[in-house]
Formats: sequence, structure tokens, C-alpha cells
Amino acid sequence: MSEGVILENANPMIFQRSGDRMVTASEEDEDVHDPIDDREIFLVRSINDPEHPLTLEELNVVELDRQVNDTESTARVEFTPTIPHCSMATLIGLSIKVKLLRSLPDRFKIDVHITPGAHASEEANKQLADKERVAAALENSSLLEVVNQCLS
Amino acid sequence: MKEALSLVQRISAHPDSCCWFVSWSPNGALLASCGGDKAVRIWGREGDSWICKTVLQDGHQRTVRKVAWSPCGNYLASASFDATTCIWKKKNDDFESLTVLEGHENEVKCVAWAPSGNLLATCSRDKSVWVWEVDEDEEYECVTVLNAHTQDVKHVAWHPKKELLASASYDNNICIYKEEDDDWECQATLQGHTSTVWSLCFDASGERMASCSDDRTVKIWKECPSENGQGNLSWKCVCTLSGYHGRTVYDVAWCELTGALATACGDDAVRVFKEDVTASPDEPVFSLVAQETKAHSEDANCVSWNPKEAGLLASCSDNGEIVIWRFKEEELD
Repeated sequence: MSEGVILENANPMIFQRSGDRMVTASEEDEDVHDPIDDREIFLVRSINDPEHPLTLEELNVVELDRQVNDTESTARVEFTPTIPHCSMATLIGLSIKVKLLRSLPDRFKIDVHITPGAHASEEANKQLADKERVAAALENSSLLEVVNQCLS
Repeated sequence: MKEALSLVQRISAHPDSCCWFVSWSPNGALLASCGGDKAVRIWGREGDSWICKTVLQDGHQRTVRKVAWSPCGNYLASASFDATTCIWKKKNDDFESLTVLEGHENEVKCVAWAPSGNLLATCSRDKSVWVWEVDEDEEYECVTVLNAHTQDVKHVAWHPKKELLASASYDNNICIYKEEDDDWECQATLQGHTSTVWSLCFDASGERMASCSDDRTVKIWKECPSENGQGNLSWKCVCTLSGYHGRTVYDVAWCELTGALATACGDDAVRVFKEDVTASPDEPVFSLVAQETKAHSEDANCVSWNPKEAGLLASCSDNGEIVIWRFKEEELD
């Protein structure tokens, strides 16, 4: 966001970052297969908010309901935009989706939703679920640049 | 009877990209594929295997979403996210770019040739469906822009015998268009799906249509005389296949030769349904007769029956692969 832009939510509540993920003894053992679990998915917490110099976790945007099933190759993330009519919701959702697409094996089915009731429009959910529109959006270089800034 | 899908060949068709769509040439000899690598590839049989005959590059700046053969088999149209549709002309074994159709505001999602070969339809995220006329000099002219949908138009398909066009949209509806007194108009809006309609196709007679959706169902629609007796046809949903598909159903294909219905699904599976011949045409019953749950390692995007060789089926996936299958109805001893 450039200077002079009026922020939709100028004074967000800031939340404490959670600690780094604990590494267990069996995870350090290279001979043991580590299933992908919901802590893996929490990597989306480090995504930057498009409006603030803060991460989604600090803004409590990803007060995530995360469900990961390694054997079924499914990952489901629900996120809560900070204010109900946040026009950035689709962009935040797209950033979460792209982060997961880039991080998880290709076999995973990734569903990113806005927490029910957290946003006035269900439209963002439908757009995020439409892989054709996601694919087309990611071929748009200016949009991709904004997403990459959120992910940097 | 025992039916099964057997693997003929697995082809890495668009490596490091996704394969969005496959289409057989009218004589069944060639298969065209397109994908995220901005290319169209033409596949042909050599001995027992399918090999890449030609790659059409430099036609598009972005993903090629769909390809369509003209009924004569001499032209190929490709629809791209770059907002254009390219027309390619077959010259012996090669293809040359004939013309580029411009006009849509953004991604062109589908292109389809009418059975006469004189009309072409395109649709786009710009919510419109365009009909183009082709003259003897291979010139293309837009004859109408149809704005019956309120959202992204995903697919267009022509009736196999009449100049009747159907479109499927992100607005959950299907629209049917017809030319009346030199003017194209939307004749019917079919409501029933509860999410995006991704694709649709007619059966060989054109009397019925199958549609598939993000609501994880396939619906069968039947033409019936309209109530006002104006001669306009209305379409009624006569069957809904639900409970079979685990995620979005991206494509449905009705085999003109066998009547089998194939689907491509976001749960990686390819499924084949057959109609119970004893059921009434107004209340058809379809049963799942073959299923490859791991047909692909990622979403299955498209299914296409070979128009000449009964049971030969091609499917393609987000992992860039094409798979050729043989659907067999085996007699039990």
C-alpha cells in the first residue's frame, strides 16, 4: 500500500504471535515418515496483510480453523477478515491459497474459505473455489506481484 | 454385462503445466490438447501408441483453455485467457494460423463450431457469448453478442442437428439461444444447479442435454413443448446424478456411438454412467458402470469420447497428463 491511501481499517487490534512450531524427536529422525499435519498449514500465519505492515497472525486474520488430512490429501483453511466488509478478503484468501499451492505436494486438494458469518459476501468463497479464475488471476502480472508482496 | 475402463496409454502431454482440455478430430484420427503452457498439441496414433505430431506455439500469450475442431476437420479453434480465439488451418500434417478473433474483454473460456461449420460461438469471463459467421473467403464476422448471463460464461455447445446454442455459467444457470427473424436471442434459462455449471453436452439426437456443476451433480435435461404452445422449446430436468462425485464435476461427455456418459471430476476420478434402457425417457435412470478413482493424480478436467471408435475415451488433468482409456462392455460367460 502506498502512502496517502486511506486504510479501510486504520487501527486494527494487534495480537501476539504464537511461538515457533515444536519439533518432536520423531520428526528429527529421517527414517520416520512425518505426515503433513495442521501445523504445516499454519505457515500461512506469516503472510503479510495487504494493508498493514503486519502478518495475518498478528492481525488475527487467520484465526484459523485448519483441517489437514495427509492420507486423504486434503487441506482446509478458514480465515476471518478483520472487518466484515473488508474488500481485501479475496486478496487475503488468494494469498493463503497460493501459499498452500506452493508449499504442499500437488496431490493436495486445497479449500480456502472465509469463516461463515465473518464477511458480508459469500462471493469471495466462490471465487477462491473456482480454480479457473484462480489460474487466470495468477497469470495477471500486477495481481501476482501484489500476492507475492503478501507472501514475501 | 460387466463394464470396465482399461488403460490404453498415459501421456505426459503438457509437462510442468496443466492440461485443461482434449478434443478428438471429427474422423477420430487426431486428438488436440491444450493447457497452461500456452500451447496446443496434436496427437496421432503410430502403431500401438499415441505420439505428438505437432505443437502449435506462439498463437497465444496465456493459458489455452479449450480447443475445437471444425466439422470438416480442416480447422481448429483455440480459446485463450489472453482474450483471443485463434483459428488454425490444417495443411497436410501441419497447421498455420489463419486469423485471430478479438473482441472479448478478458479470458475466453470456450469455443465451439456449429454442425454446419458456418457458425462459431465463443464465451468469456466478460459474461458474454459471441456468435461468429464464417464466409467462403474464410473471413469471420461477429453476428451477435448475447448477454443472458450475469457472470463468467464457462462453456458453449451446439445442438448436433439444429442451429441451437447452449451456454453454462458461474451464475449457476444454462441458457439456450436460437436465431429468430435474423436475430439471436435467449430462448430459455435453465435453473436447477446450485453452483457454477462447468460444462454441458447434447446426446446424439439433440433431444437431451447433460450438465455438470460445482454442486457435485450431473443433471439430464429433456426438450419438451413449451406450455404456451408458441413453438418455443423448453427444457426440463428429468434426472439428477448425485452422491457419485466427491468434488466439482468439471466435464461431462455423452458418447454418440454407445450412449455412455463420462464425467471428469475434481476428486481425480473418471466415471462412466449408462442408462437403464427399460426406464421411461421422461424419467431416465442412469447407473455408475465404471469408475477409476485414481484416474489422475490431480483434478480430472476433461473427458472426450472418440467419435468413430466406440469406447475409446481420452481424459486430462491438472498434472499435465492425458490418459487414453478403453471402455468395454464384456459379456459374462
